[in-house]
Amino acid sequence: MVNGKRTLIIIPALNESGSIADVVGEVRGELPGVDVLVVDDGSTDRTAAVAAAAGAKVAKLPYNLGVGGAMRLGYRYARDHDYDVAIQIDADGQHDPRYVPKLVDLLDDNDLVIGARFAGEGDYMVRGPRRWAMVMLSAVLSRVAHTKLTDTTSGFRAANRRVIEMFATWYPAEYLGDTVETLVHTARRGYRIRQVPVAMRKRMAGTPSHSPARAMIYLGRAFAVLTLALIRR
Amino acid sequence: MKLTLVTGLTGLLLLGTIVELLRRRQLREKYGMLWLAVLVVVIPLSLFPRLLDNVAELLGVASGVSLVLFLGIVFLLLVCVHLSWEVSALEEETRTLAEDFALLRAEIDADRAARDELVSTDG
Ligand SMILES: Nc1nc2c(ncn2[C@@H]2O[C@H](COP(=O)(O)OP(=O)(O)OP(=O)(O)O)[C@@H](O)[C@H]2O)c(=O)[nH]1
Ligand SMILES: [Mg+2]
Repeated sequence: MVNGKRTLIIIPALNESGSIADVVGEVRGELPGVDVLVVDDGSTDRTAAVAAAAGAKVAKLPYNLGVGGAMRLGYRYARDHDYDVAIQIDADGQHDPRYVPKLVDLLDDNDLVIGARFAGEGDYMVRGPRRWAMVMLSAVLSRVAHTKLTDTTSGFRAANRRVIEMFATWYPAEYLGDTVETLVHTARRGYRIRQVPVAMRKRMAGTPSHSPARAMIYLGRAFAVLTLALIRR
Repeated sequence: MKLTLVTGLTGLLLLGTIVELLRRRQLREKYGMLWLAVLVVVIPLSLFPRLLDNVAELLGVASGVSLVLFLGIVFLLLVCVHLSWEVSALEEETRTLAEDFALLRAEIDADRAARDELVSTDG
């Protein structure tokens, strides 16, 4: 329970055995009474076992579906088990669970709340084409959602029942679709989106998924995904 | 002139079909992007078939049109290979799914048998 709401923390994880135990432990320590569901997306290491030992419920996918595939499973679980709030958190320890009550508070007047870097708190920095991509996404998505969004690819978000219901049946598995396209889709259907500034930490262990060399490709794909999301219904 | 009209209209029709399929979410992003990229090349060529004449001459091909045909066939072959590859991956995935399913069923059956055993010894 967070502020009287039944809350599920969903953690998509791919080969995060180095950090998942600490993340699950921290969440359970900071937020007593919440349930934690780790969706192990075909990891080749001991992510699932470590997460279960740390006290999380674990759903193990037979092969990799990507963050979007893992998250739809998470939202289905939340819907089927009647949670009021579902919160996505990264498995690498970059998101501070102490912000969760703040996100949940804002769900009183909003349907989807995003924990955003670059919004004043913390000192997370990105440069080059990756930064241009983020600026472009923020500008366009802020207009679509009628609210200021500075970190559209954030994996730290809280959804209320209405959005859980929608995400349980519709959640893109395509790259960047899980963040960019879901925002367009959610905003277009009249749900209210808000962001909260959060400080972002360094990942605890493992390797980041983006190398600087891929930044340019990232920019191109971000543009393609955004265009597609905007023409889609 | 008539030919240009026919090829140009075909190109635009293809473009419309693909965009509409993408809009209706009937095509995954990766395939949609592939076909859109193809059309970006094909439509100018369908309007100006002589566009590749210079390149053709450079390569020693008699006319730009034959070069386009050649490249087209090579491209279609590559697409077929890619689709075979995708199907292979899908087959591997359904195989894994079937195994998972069978294992789950075995576990459930074993559980149920154990429970029945318990009930019958109790009662
Ligand atoms: N389910 C699933 N989760 C994934 C996959 N790839 C990454 N993740 C998880 O998604 C979260 C974010 O991944 P990161 O690699 O940290 O990506 P990021 O935070 O955008 O980028 P960094 O700045 O490099 O940390 C982590 O919890 C990962 O374990 C995947 O293919 N499937
Ligand atoms: Mg991260």
